[in-house]
Amino acid sequence: MPPGDDAAIELGHGGGGRLSQQLLQELILPAFGSADAVPHDAALLPAQGGRLAFTTDSYVVRPLEFPGGDIGRLAVCGSVNDLAMAGARPIALSLALILEEGLPMATLERVIASIRTSAAECNVAVITGDTKVVERGKGDGVYINTSAVGRLEHTLTIHPTAVQPGDAVLVSGDLGRHGLAILTARNELGLRTSLHSDLAPLLQPVQELLEAGLALHCLRDLTRGGLASAIEEIARGAGCRIDLDEAAIPLHPAVAGACQLLGLDPLAMANEGRMVVLLPERHAEQALALLQRLQPEAARIGTVGAPLAQASALDRRHPVSLRSALGVRRPLELGRGEQLPRIC
Amino acid sequence: MNEAETLLDAIRASCHQNWTLMEVCGGQTHALLRHGIDRLLPPQINLIHGPGCPVCVTATEQLDQAIALANQPEVILCSYGDMLRVPGSDGRDLLGMRARGGAVRVVYAPLDVLTIARDHRDRRVVFLAVGFETTAPATALLAMQALAQDITNLELLVCHVRVPPVLDQMLGDPGCRVQAVLAAGHVCTVMGEAEYRDLVVRHSRPIVITGFSAEELLRGILACVRQLEAGEQRLENAYRPAVKTGGNGAGQALLEQVFEPIDAPWRGLGVIPAGGYRLRPPFDRLAATAAATTPTTAASPPCPAGLVLQGLLKPQQCPHFGTACTPDSPLGAPMVSSEGACAAYHRYQG
Repeated sequence: MPPGDDAAIELGHGGGGRLSQQLLQELILPAFGSADAVPHDAALLPAQGGRLAFTTDSYVVRPLEFPGGDIGRLAVCGSVNDLAMAGARPIALSLALILEEGLPMATLERVIASIRTSAAECNVAVITGDTKVVERGKGDGVYINTSAVGRLEHTLTIHPTAVQPGDAVLVSGDLGRHGLAILTARNELGLRTSLHSDLAPLLQPVQELLEAGLALHCLRDLTRGGLASAIEEIARGAGCRIDLDEAAIPLHPAVAGACQLLGLDPLAMANEGRMVVLLPERHAEQALALLQRLQPEAARIGTVGAPLAQASALDRRHPVSLRSALGVRRPLELGRGEQLPRIC
Repeated sequence: MNEAETLLDAIRASCHQNWTLMEVCGGQTHALLRHGIDRLLPPQINLIHGPGCPVCVTATEQLDQAIALANQPEVILCSYGDMLRVPGSDGRDLLGMRARGGAVRVVYAPLDVLTIARDHRDRRVVFLAVGFETTAPATALLAMQALAQDITNLELLVCHVRVPPVLDQMLGDPGCRVQAVLAAGHVCTVMGEAEYRDLVVRHSRPIVITGFSAEELLRGILACVRQLEAGEQRLENAYRPAVKTGGNGAGQALLEQVFEPIDAPWRGLGVIPAGGYRLRPPFDRLAATAAATTPTTAASPPCPAGLVLQGLLKPQQCPHFGTACTPDSPLGAPMVSSEGACAAYHRYQG
């Protein structure tokens, strides 16, 4: 690898020749504790009894580094959190990097270091991977794909279809911090905030809920589409209405203020370290106390309602409703997928 | 009991007859529906949703002009996010132009356009300037900066509109059912009370300057109902201290220096005398050079936006509401904009 501050990714780093070897041997393999190992096409995992969970996700984010995280930490937490939503503890992670020609080597080094730290924090090994380089202008610096395998250490069915009428709906913290951090970091809005992304692994809260013996019916991490799309998907999967209490949904004042100013919907703002928890009413109080010990803003935000089969046509079209502070119910609408700030 | 409930009780206690009120601003329409205030008011109160959505009232011919400009390879077209999905007369919109490679940029503040112009000296950078007296001062500032910094590749497609002339026309229509008006707090923050005091005198109807939170809206409605029940017609400011009697002098000075009123087309409402702004000399040299628009043979979308904007048709009464016309495939601007009345009904009442 050429030394110096101006070192950058070249097309040859993805060409399978000497540059590729250098990148792998000098930067990537040492980060994941396998510098001495002879690389091979596949990693082996010990076979175990019981159930495994498997997930994959691709990560694109602009800018690559933002207040509270970077694409590397995102790529680890994202896949680990997807496993956690099945109640699984991660065993191994794959890491595929698509790098853009011209990416400063120093940026890649920071991203790799961040992946290493995050993987260690989640106690998961990066055991296989791949690196490709695309021409300048054909990528946004770094794209990452990670896949993760995890082990289930419980016998519950944690799935939208397990949700029952009367279940409590909890959220593990306040919403929208990641979305706001990214908007601010893009520097297009002239917004300034000291708020950081909520990006974090959700393993600990899930493990604690499981260890407390709570009958979890469904977990869902809130990502790009925010609370709105996650809760709507759960309602449809469960075949039940869900009623949310608007005033109970926790928002940091900076998020609420920025959304009001820009005409954005805080319920559609992205999160990367928050989840909803659906579980029987009798366990709600204990679960909430546990979540609040880790994140004081965790809150009970609603209740699962009657099966959609018995609901009106309007409720079937909009299975989730929000009750305003004045007590009026209105349907929750999903964003189109791209929030456009308003004029005035 | 919280303040909103106290205000609702006061409105119920004060209201003995049927009254039709119009809130001017689309932001107020959304807030009324979002909080469910329309369903909590006594049935004697009928709310008409006024023409105060800047995206909705931007004329089709101006939008067609913007789309034609965006289609020219040397142009970078900049506007607010809301404008991007409004269909022009042939059904195309700016977001679609961008997807097909057109240089269309979303800006959040007009001064951002200066940076774009400086960074792309070889391109014509056109700002589609829309909005009421709220956003026009920021466009005025952009115009002044462009001249002061001698930026020669910046052009302004000015579609700014003025609220008092359109209210004057609507209230002067013999068929107008509006008995009192909730004036838009943000516009009055800039323009102050005087223009609205004149409207009260000319049309003998109460006007109450009103804010945007649930409590502020209820305060405005209560003030209207009390005046109507007492047979009074006054200008009342229920949005103090945000709105000062004289408004924002600096903002008005910017408007005065850069713009002059002009008869302007409003989508669905026709040409409103003095209903818009144009650049005055020497700023008129920034006016965008027109692009040829292709005359469209396709029938205009069957959108009765004009009736909705005048409060003559409730959004759900439109035959296309929720079927042919949805926020994902809007036939007209009121379904696109985050301030449009149709979008509000679709969103909050399904």
